[in-house]
Amino acid sequence: MKRICILLLSCLLIVTSLIVLPGCKQDRVVLNIYNWGEYIDPDLLVKFEKETGIKVNQDFFETNEHMLAKLEGGGSYYDLIFPSDYVIEEMIKKDMLHKIDLNNIPNFKYVGDRFKNLNYDPDNEYSVPYFWGTLGILYNTEMVDEEVDSWDILWDEKYAGQILMLDSMRDTIGVALKKLGYSVNTTDPDKLEEAKNLLIQQMPLVNGYYVDETKDMMINGDAAIALNWSGTAMDIYWEGADYIKFVVPKEGANLWFDCMVIPKTSKNKAEAEMFINFMLEPENAYQNSLYVGYVSPVTEVFERIMQENPEVADMDAYNPSEEVLDICEVFIDLGDSRPLFNEVWTQIKVR
Amino acid sequence: MKNRAKFLAYPYLVWMAIFIVIPLFLVLFYSLTKGNIHDPSSLSFSLESYARVFEVNYLKVIWKSFKLAFISTLFCFVLGYPVALIISTVKAKYKSILLMFFLVPIWMNFLLRTYAWMSILSPNGFINRLLSFLGLPTLSIMPGQTAVVLGMIYNFLPFMVLPIYTVLSKIDRSVIEAAMDLGANKIRTFFNVIFPLTVPGIISGITMVFMPAVSTFVISRLLGGNKELLIGNLIEQQFTVQRDWHFGSALSIILMIMILISMAVMSKFESDNDNGGAPTW
Repeated sequence: MKRICILLLSCLLIVTSLIVLPGCKQDRVVLNIYNWGEYIDPDLLVKFEKETGIKVNQDFFETNEHMLAKLEGGGSYYDLIFPSDYVIEEMIKKDMLHKIDLNNIPNFKYVGDRFKNLNYDPDNEYSVPYFWGTLGILYNTEMVDEEVDSWDILWDEKYAGQILMLDSMRDTIGVALKKLGYSVNTTDPDKLEEAKNLLIQQMPLVNGYYVDETKDMMINGDAAIALNWSGTAMDIYWEGADYIKFVVPKEGANLWFDCMVIPKTSKNKAEAEMFINFMLEPENAYQNSLYVGYVSPVTEVFERIMQENPEVADMDAYNPSEEVLDICEVFIDLGDSRPLFNEVWTQIKVR
Repeated sequence: MKNRAKFLAYPYLVWMAIFIVIPLFLVLFYSLTKGNIHDPSSLSFSLESYARVFEVNYLKVIWKSFKLAFISTLFCFVLGYPVALIISTVKAKYKSILLMFFLVPIWMNFLLRTYAWMSILSPNGFINRLLSFLGLPTLSIMPGQTAVVLGMIYNFLPFMVLPIYTVLSKIDRSVIEAAMDLGANKIRTFFNVIFPLTVPGIISGITMVFMPAVSTFVISRLLGGNKELLIGNLIEQQFTVQRDWHFGSALSIILMIMILISMAVMSKFESDNDNGGAPTW
């Protein structure tokens, strides 16, 4: 009897501490945002806190897949997330997102029309664009003296050990598919098999599969060529490393849009909308775009940066031409074919 | 007295049940089922995940993990034992300084230290700059298995040195003096007296190095460029990218069983040694 009492008491002790301890927090609203690494200017968070009194907490993810896995695992408490197009599509299908009330976001009017009502969110109910760009090749002009215009260079034995690929499933498989002349959204098992073999064949030439480490490795000259996003190229450019160039290969690539969305787990929807509105304020969006390097969908900001730095108008990384945009595809959600991609990706990785 | 001690253990027992036993059963449960984890009604019993573990590609990954962990443990032992011996024999005032050299790096974040190795070993990193400055050919070991093993040795060496040092410093000096008095030279004393007495320390050192080495995913990820996938990475991938909890759980269970087997073999070795190897007085 005594033993049972003690056991019950211990249970009570632990359960109450679990309930009481999280209660020890401030009354101030805390906005939990889940973002890519180095994807927001920290000064803006301070400014937001000052203006509104809302505290902002930031957590980071490395790829869309990591973010989704954590969210699906349950127990997360995020108020605002920054996923890409195809993931937004999946999240909408799975009913993971709150609808955003655009009446609370007057600054949405500054967003360029070409970023509104895109296929992944046709009526612009769930997402507000944050940054956009393309996928392409970063290369160090001191180590590569030929002209780069094709994905073939990633398979060129001359650069063995100096090629960086992305540790991101859709991007890396997408490149192989594009090189073979297929769509990045194909779900044909035979085409994926071809892409898999191409990537396995490439593996001995690859230095490593990274995401956040790529930028520093390219600046340091630890690698000559890297698969990466246009924004990284701009980030490197603003930092003054002018020997790194970016190109969207002639076979075409991926065009992407990262947006702000409010997951169903959020208990602070109104505050999240305030934050979205704050980020679209042209002055803030300008500061953020220069800090992060990625290109803003706010028309005013896009043009202002181009006026102040006329040279970026000709750069694929900042202002891709119509021809470039025409050959780029936006990822779409794979739906039931997701396991097929997963399998291909694992097969590549375990080699 | 005995009863009082027992009641103090209850909070821990409850803690253990909630945070260790139940999660372990959950892992076992997910490994034995298939279906959508968010929809309990779709789950059904299946050994599919285990069947998948035994596909050639995955077996290769498991083999590689054990191979690299074994190599690192061996190097840690070969490097660590003499160090422990030296620390235990120097004068007391140098002893604490030498121990500090081993302890201070552990105070720093593990991830940070591994990142530091990335910039030391990278193609344009410290070592290669030094080599090319001296006119020597440069190394290209990062990323690769060599870099992963180096990272493991560096990170886990203190876990080998400290338990061996503890056992060594507890050895009764008079035992060594007795061996010397009876005419054994230094080498004989070491192999017949000191070494057998340190076996428990060696066993715990090996355990403490081998277990984290075989299941690491951070070191192989940063220093192996995500090319040298180990079983730890494979498990991590299942939960972070592939969203396949069933396969990830099956891999975890297999890893646990294999570690348990290795530990059982090790402790068998230890008890054998107690009976036969150690000197009987």
